[in-house]
Amino acid sequence: METEILARVQFAFTVAYHYIYPPLSIGLGLLMVIFEGLFLKTGNKDYEVLTRFWLKLFAITFGIGVATGIIMEFEFGTNWSVYSRYVGDIFGSALAAEGLFAFGLESTFLGVLLFGWNRVSPKVHFISTIGVFIGSMFSAVWIVVANSWQQTPAGYHIVGEGLNARAEVTDFWAMVFNPSSVDRIIHVWQGAFLAGAFLVLSVHAYYLLKGRYVGLSKKAFKIALGVATVFSLTQLLSGHSSADGVAKNQPGKLAAMEGHYQANAPADLYLFGWVDQETKDVLGLKIPGGTSFLVHQDFSAPITGLDAFPKEDQPSQVNAVFQFYHIMILIGMLLIGLTLYACFLWWRGKLFEQKWLLKIFALSVLLPQIANQAGWFAAEMGRQPWVVYGHLRTSEAFSQEVSANQILFSLILFFIVYSVLFLLFLYSMNKKIKNGPYDESDKNTQLV
Amino acid sequence: METFLGIDYPTLWFLVVGFLFSGYAILEGFDYGAGAWHLFFKKDLSRRIAINAIGPLWDANQVWLIIGGGALFAGFPVLYASLLSAMYIPFMLFLVMLILRSAAIKFRSAEPMEWWRKTWDITYFTSNVLISFLLGVVMGNLILGIDIGANYEYKGGMFFTFLSPYAIMVGISTLFFFMTQGSIFLLLKTEGRLHARLTFLLKRAMILFIVSFAITTLYTLLFIEGVADKFQAYPVFFILPLLAFLAIANIPRLVSKKKYALALLFSSLTVTFLLLLAAFQLYPVLLPSTISPEYNVTIYNAASSQKSLGIMLTIVVIGAPLLALYFLFLYKTFNGKVQLDDTSY
Repeated sequence: METEILARVQFAFTVAYHYIYPPLSIGLGLLMVIFEGLFLKTGNKDYEVLTRFWLKLFAITFGIGVATGIIMEFEFGTNWSVYSRYVGDIFGSALAAEGLFAFGLESTFLGVLLFGWNRVSPKVHFISTIGVFIGSMFSAVWIVVANSWQQTPAGYHIVGEGLNARAEVTDFWAMVFNPSSVDRIIHVWQGAFLAGAFLVLSVHAYYLLKGRYVGLSKKAFKIALGVATVFSLTQLLSGHSSADGVAKNQPGKLAAMEGHYQANAPADLYLFGWVDQETKDVLGLKIPGGTSFLVHQDFSAPITGLDAFPKEDQPSQVNAVFQFYHIMILIGMLLIGLTLYACFLWWRGKLFEQKWLLKIFALSVLLPQIANQAGWFAAEMGRQPWVVYGHLRTSEAFSQEVSANQILFSLILFFIVYSVLFLLFLYSMNKKIKNGPYDESDKNTQLV
Repeated sequence: METFLGIDYPTLWFLVVGFLFSGYAILEGFDYGAGAWHLFFKKDLSRRIAINAIGPLWDANQVWLIIGGGALFAGFPVLYASLLSAMYIPFMLFLVMLILRSAAIKFRSAEPMEWWRKTWDITYFTSNVLISFLLGVVMGNLILGIDIGANYEYKGGMFFTFLSPYAIMVGISTLFFFMTQGSIFLLLKTEGRLHARLTFLLKRAMILFIVSFAITTLYTLLFIEGVADKFQAYPVFFILPLLAFLAIANIPRLVSKKKYALALLFSSLTVTFLLLLAAFQLYPVLLPSTISPEYNVTIYNAASSQKSLGIMLTIVVIGAPLLALYFLFLYKTFNGKVQLDDTSY
């Protein structure tokens, strides 16, 4: 038990930490493609300055994303050996495709993107930017495919029994396009675009508040606002479609998300609340029958509740799943409100006149980050007790030969290294932001 | 069992994995090797040049580790799971060192303070040395085998079991080989006094590598069971160590003629032949069990299904040429001596 908990804590810690960075890289990638494309199209120097400036911040983000991503690739084997043997046949091909098609593309073009300004033509540089951006989007595709297969397995059969049981692929495309993958890929992409767009909004709102780089920042702010508005609205659609899929394919998870226990009754929709797992009551603000309406367009349609499942097949942390899910939704709504209001002001020609709004935007970078994390926590905790939904239990999937002490050792090591890395990340991002887009910091300071 | 050109799928995948890890050893070999020299360069400028020599390339080179790991997971999940969970502590150290190394490259030259750069220089040097050594240790244990029992359950110790004299020897040889590879690469990318110093360092590295390699080989032939038998059964494979030796012998000549790219090719061939040698020694076993040969992890009991291997071979056939194109473009763009500019590390 102790080993299992430690293995889960270590995986959650390393993957949640990792997930701070790739969404930013994907989102900033989109913004850089837009900035550099506009520079090539208009020849306006401002867009070149923006591209170069954001590239510096992108470089740090991308670097830490890659470094912490390698850990994930090997952590399946080190800590989840039973799981690895079980899913290798399926998960492996997605991972191999990720490496060859996506990671290969982004990492090779990254060199040209970061260091090629003086070596290739602007057009070739732009192509490299697109290469890195597309590569990072494809990376997300294959990783989400693999995870979605764990949520809604398809295109496979189970061979062998007991410790030798494993899933084998029977239909590659059915595996790739399993019932949840398309919805979730789009949802993840949009979450990533929002993470990147809101970082750009935050930084340029900060400049505008300080009265620095005003012309440049207004341009960047408007572009990022456009991106943020489009994707916070469409995120609602993919979120709804995703939840529909959960209702159909993982009813136990949907029930946990809304704290719905009764086996076969209409389910309410909570704005917020608190689940008491003992009494199976939820205290909070709700629309009676709201979940039934969203799923079946009928307020009184029955929804499968947690009680329909034997105790050992229910997620053990219902309240946590409920909270994470609702945090994500609330932030999503907040982002829609915020961007629409800003667009309204833009339309009235008053976008940059409200100081308080700029102050909110300056801090807004945290919102999509929290929503992305919360969404994943809800998705992964809601899948429990399964690691492969309906087939392999998390409690049976960890490496039996690794002792609790070994995991404790690596967990402490990761904790220290990741904390230092996070401080370095904040420090160097902060420094580059403070120095601004026109910074020609003197790296060539000679020491000896 | 399905075959292609008369070769069964698990064997084909064994070749793919071998190819990927050879690529990794060649490319990250010069990256790690260049880093393992870091503290031997005294001037700040030399250190920056050395880091920027691999600057635009190392991220791409690292792809080979990622794809290699993915290929292992995908094609031989049993090996991937058993090896990584058995050698938990060595792999965790390896991974943490990889992170520290990336951080050192990114952050080292970002601040002018002497203490800052010194700290990162030591971190960078140490991580490169340890990474190289640990890779060798893993290789050594693959050849020796580990205590794997029924159901692939590992029954051995946590850490020091893996540091047998033989594994340590392979670890040291790997480090010295990478340092050879790294210094040739840096010769290709540098000029002036740093260049002259590297010519000197390369000689040291080669001597150290040849000595450690000779000891390791002797040890292998004398103490590792089955090796001598295998060569008796297939005497033609004696050509592999011979070729490896010839490839090494060629390097000093090429370096004295200043043909560094060719020298790099020959040192790359050296490691390729050595890995082929290890592959020949192991095949069809992937990870021998020291408890009983019936618990050996082989390419057959570790492999994914025929269907899955077929899909992945298709992925490789489509993806590999694309990757080759990207690499060609990247290396062509950054051909020539290092020139520091405002985008450099």
